[in-house]
Amino acid sequence: MTEYSERLLDAPGAVRRPLGLRIVGIILAPFLALLFQVYVTRLVSVFSYPFLSYLELPLLMVVYFALVRREPVSAVFYGAAVGLFQDALSAPGTHPIGMYGIVKTLVGYFAASVSQRFDVENPILIAILTFFFYFFHEFFYWVLTRALLGEMTNFDTQQKIVFGLLNAAVSLPLFHVLDKMKVTA
Amino acid sequence: MESFLTRYRNLTVLLVVVTAQLLLLAWQVKTAEDVPLIRVWAVTTVVPVARILDDVRRYTFGSLQDYFVLVGVRDENRRLRQENTQLKMQNHFLTAQVHTADRAHALLAFQSETPSTTLPARIIGSGTGVNSANVFIDRGANSGVEKGMAVVTPEGIVGKIVEAYPTASLVLLATDPSFAAGVVSQRNHVFGTMKGQGHGTCIIDYVQNEQRVDPGEWFYTSGYDRVFPRGFPAGQVTAVHNGRYSKEIFINPSGLQSGLDEVLVVLNGVHQAIPENELPAPGIHMMPAPPELARNPKAQQQVLGNTTADRLRTAYQEVGEAQGHHFGEGLPGSTPPNFNMKVTPGMKVNPAATRPSEKPAVEPGDTEDSVPVDVTPPEQPPAQPPAAPAGKNGPPAGPTGRQGRSAR
Repeated sequence: MTEYSERLLDAPGAVRRPLGLRIVGIILAPFLALLFQVYVTRLVSVFSYPFLSYLELPLLMVVYFALVRREPVSAVFYGAAVGLFQDALSAPGTHPIGMYGIVKTLVGYFAASVSQRFDVENPILIAILTFFFYFFHEFFYWVLTRALLGEMTNFDTQQKIVFGLLNAAVSLPLFHVLDKMKVTA
Repeated sequence: MESFLTRYRNLTVLLVVVTAQLLLLAWQVKTAEDVPLIRVWAVTTVVPVARILDDVRRYTFGSLQDYFVLVGVRDENRRLRQENTQLKMQNHFLTAQVHTADRAHALLAFQSETPSTTLPARIIGSGTGVNSANVFIDRGANSGVEKGMAVVTPEGIVGKIVEAYPTASLVLLATDPSFAAGVVSQRNHVFGTMKGQGHGTCIIDYVQNEQRVDPGEWFYTSGYDRVFPRGFPAGQVTAVHNGRYSKEIFINPSGLQSGLDEVLVVLNGVHQAIPENELPAPGIHMMPAPPELARNPKAQQQVLGNTTADRLRTAYQEVGEAQGHHFGEGLPGSTPPNFNMKVTPGMKVNPAATRPSEKPAVEPGDTEDSVPVDVTPPEQPPAQPPAAPAGKNGPPAGPTGRQGRSAR
């Protein structure tokens, strides 16, 4: 960290103060997101909307919480909790607990770090960050799969970009709704 | 150290959390064990809510979905009706195919059983004559079909070949007005000529009013027309009444009652015996004859009729048997039996003494018992000229007396 950055961070107003979220938003929203992930196959079969299965709502919840809270520590725990919960709902034999946990922990940390330094109120910036974190989430999960589990799967960059754009588009109205639960200081 | 952790608190927490998860992950991968407690908690938490959500979806969106489904019921009903119509047509087609297969099977069985050499053929079209009844079959001169051959089915005669082309033949059906075939009735052995009338019913011509033909009686081919072998069913009598000069007998040609698809062309006909048992009417069950009637034809004769004509017929049959004569086998010009001979029980007559020049003529394939019996008459009847039985005495003269007419 350079002297310039130290001064920038220590300057009043540069480091944004953390915003609070209602307890309902902290617990219920990721729970509903995980429920959506569990129920998404059922919804796909009922409504015939295949794009629903490409949404990563737990990740969007972690990103939103990290961007709003602007605290890396809480974002780390939040991401770890959501990721481990998501791991616990996966197949035991093929998906060990900790894969999503590690990835979402890192996403939460980096998202909170970014929100500390930049103004993330801009919707365009939110969409770009969501797209970036989705791509990072998928890529790092693919790396863990290859490195830790030894599964030689391919990483379809083009597909991930498209799905990242989809999640970024969904994140805008979703974050707008979640902003209703924000507690301003 | 403390200041370091305080200064890099965020990074330290991240490393601790990630390392902990990495260790958990490594332990699971290395030991191939799972952390069931976390999974049980997660699933127990999520599943009840998911069940409630599914119930809500079913009673809200499901009802809406059912409503929209009901909206589309009319279109679906129309589509199902069309599909039902198509399936009905397909069912009719398949049923016809099954019937065709049954007919083909019956044709094959008949072909293997009949002693005549036959050639299966398929009807491929009909002639273009306005009042004529003729059809084309897919076998012609290349297959050995010749003009004048008989065309039959297991049910009866169909017609005869009137033209044999290289690859097809034209068959004159039995219902054509120009068709004629020699026939004989099964029960009373009345000879006649079956003629077509241009519609579904044929007539039996040249039968005297004095001769007996009963409704329901079957007519078989007599074989004297040199077209149809003897013993093929021709048809069943539907109506009989006396005419001005001869009986008017109407029969249904049995070979044309069911739809014609496959037929047999008789390449080399073999005469057969006319069956003793009556054929049941189509669609009507007929029990077999009682045992005593089946064993004793004379008892059957008594049951069937005891008229003067029956007694005369029995007497002449006894005369014929005493002299070793088989009615219906004599060729034109052969010596008839002596009908004036008095037959007594136990009398034996040497047929060679009464008919020295006559030999029983058995048609090829004839199954009737023609083994001559060496009999000796107790008293030699006076030699008399052969009497003409058909005129004054009135016995059934056999085919010789009517051959000329029935074979035309």
